Amino acid sequence: MKANIVEIVKNSPSYQELIAKRTSFSLKLAAIMLVMYYAFILVIAFDKKLLGISLSGGVTTVGIPIGMGIILFSFILTGIYTKRANTEFDELSEKVKEEVRKAGE
Amino acid sequence: MKRFLTILAALSLAATAFAAGGVDGAVEKQALNVNAIVMFLIFVGATLGITYWAAKKTKTAKDFYAAGGGITGKQNGLAIAGDYMSAASFLGISGLVYTSGFDGLIYSIGFLVGWPIILFLIAEPLRNLGKYTFADVASFRLRQTDIRTIAAAGTIVTVILYLIAQMVGAGKLIQLLFGLSYSTAVVLVGVLMILYVAFGGMLATTWIQIIKAVLLLSGATFIAFMVMLHFGFSFENMFHSATEIHKSHTKIMEPGGLVSDPWNAISLGLALMFGTAGLPHILMRFFTVSDAKEARKSVFYATGLIGYFYILTFIIGFGAITLLAMDPAYFQKGVASMVNGFQTIVSDTNASQVLVGDKKALIGGDNMTAIHLSRAVGGDLFLGFISAVAFATILAVVSGLTLSGASAISHDLYASVIGKGKVDEATEMKASKIATLVLGVLAILLGIAFEKQNVAFMVGLAFAVAASVNFPILLLSIYWSKLTTKGALWGGTVGLISAIVLVIMGPAVWKDALGNKEAFISLKNPAIISMTLTFFVTWIVSKMDNSARGQQDREGFEAQYIRAQTGIGIDGVSGH
Repeated sequence: MKANIVEIVKNSPSYQELIAKRTSFSLKLAAIMLVMYYAFILVIAFDKKLLGISLSGGVTTVGIPIGMGIILFSFILTGIYTKRANTEFDELSEKVKEEVRKAGE
Repeated sequence: MKRFLTILAALSLAATAFAAGGVDGAVEKQALNVNAIVMFLIFVGATLGITYWAAKKTKTAKDFYAAGGGITGKQNGLAIAGDYMSAASFLGISGLVYTSGFDGLIYSIGFLVGWPIILFLIAEPLRNLGKYTFADVASFRLRQTDIRTIAAAGTIVTVILYLIAQMVGAGKLIQLLFGLSYSTAVVLVGVLMILYVAFGGMLATTWIQIIKAVLLLSGATFIAFMVMLHFGFSFENMFHSATEIHKSHTKIMEPGGLVSDPWNAISLGLALMFGTAGLPHILMRFFTVSDAKEARKSVFYATGLIGYFYILTFIIGFGAITLLAMDPAYFQKGVASMVNGFQTIVSDTNASQVLVGDKKALIGGDNMTAIHLSRAVGGDLFLGFISAVAFATILAVVSGLTLSGASAISHDLYASVIGKGKVDEATEMKASKIATLVLGVLAILLGIAFEKQNVAFMVGLAFAVAASVNFPILLLSIYWSKLTTKGALWGGTVGLISAIVLVIMGPAVWKDALGNKEAFISLKNPAIISMTLTFFVTWIVSKMDNSARGQQDREGFEAQYIRAQTGIGIDGVSGH
């Protein structure tokens, strides 16, 4: 990649917007995953019985919907990220590419 | 092409012979074997057909390593799921749920949570920066020879450990399901995998993964559906019945012994979460799609499919507790009497008697849970189908592993490190085929050598190495501008050595596999130490690196970051 392209991209407002938005979004989502998973693991490590509480008087414990919920929620998070990245972020990144193309002409 | 046809002919002869042998040899389980073998032969025939088709289309290195980059996000999502849903996770996790209930779910969750992390941090930059292997990405701005060497070392160690575990599992499973001898099974798996990979490359491997994923998901869905049907689609009914019959009663509804203390829990969690993001055969799949958009879609579909699959294995494991107990044919003697009434057997304190949920209670052990259940809900024909699917699963997973190992050898070590990037494409492809053959033969030999060994620790170690070498190097090369060649090389080396040494000194090898009384350290998975060491050493060495090369490494970051984030530079956008 030529040095002038690096300069063009670096100074592009669309690029700066893309980086700012995407970095904060993916870090937030990654943090949610980490907190959710390690909270689960640490509850198991420190207080197993907490997940063994009956959900509604039957044998089903609260651990079951929580465990299944983590699986479901992980999938939902990937959906949320994919949706936004495939629309908003890709549009921004197209804009940057367009600017580079124009500058090259 | 001719060579391929000759091998195909030889193999089909061998296959016929082995089918006949299976029928003659195992008289008492004849029905089981015939169904399973016929269905398996159909699968092998179809996959060899695909390999033949793929071989004709595989002309360039890009075809061989990355299926020409023409796989869609949906297809790749299925293929990734195929790579990840191994026979070990299908049979092992449903077996774990059968014996320990909730603990099986904890395990599944650990295997799933790495996927969102891959999507948020790794998938797009990987697609935008790399060509065929993750070492392409890690060495983008760093010195090729050094980084490719350590990345290839991480890849090959991960692949071989994983392969041994798969081969040993395959041999034992096939022995049990098809009545073949252990070594015949291992050789058969090895030969088929060499054929798929050497001739069909990534295109054949991808379609084999897709077919296998569809078969496995359909089969597991049917079993889980029949289980839920039995319980009137009520989880509470299923759990209620299971807690009455299972020897641990309501204990199976809460966390048990799997996660014992905080350190082991966190360490295992790290290895599972970040190891997934460092598995070379998984990372390689992202180069088969056209762009970052398709890469994201791949992870989205893969996460959904894998999550769904784990929920199915949970239902299968819990359902098996009740449904298998209705038929003594699935159990070792001693459990038989419970057919008359669950209560009597459960309250029996006779120590010699085997109880529902015991590891050894089922014929063939707890790994046979899903297999037995398939017969209970679908009869002998369906049992044959599931057995064939289990075999197909092993074949598909070892093929993916072998391809990624062969790519590291030919693309990273041979073409870049030894050939200094001056090797032409035809020679590199030839090298990759030779590497496939060598890895395949090695896998067969190691599979046979480790027959009697306890290999349970190997997948854990593979994940630990992936989390301690591949993942940190990849992550830091993408995101940390101050990373230098020296830092990555030292960090990766320390991570690799510490992971291996800590596992050997730990309970899984020193105590369980080598039979010593006490292990040096009580940590079952080394990730918490080895991964931390990698990050720390990489950081401190990069910081202290005053070399000219180090300066060059840091200066290269900006252009790399722009390409990682936008893809500018891949497709000739900047081509002036």
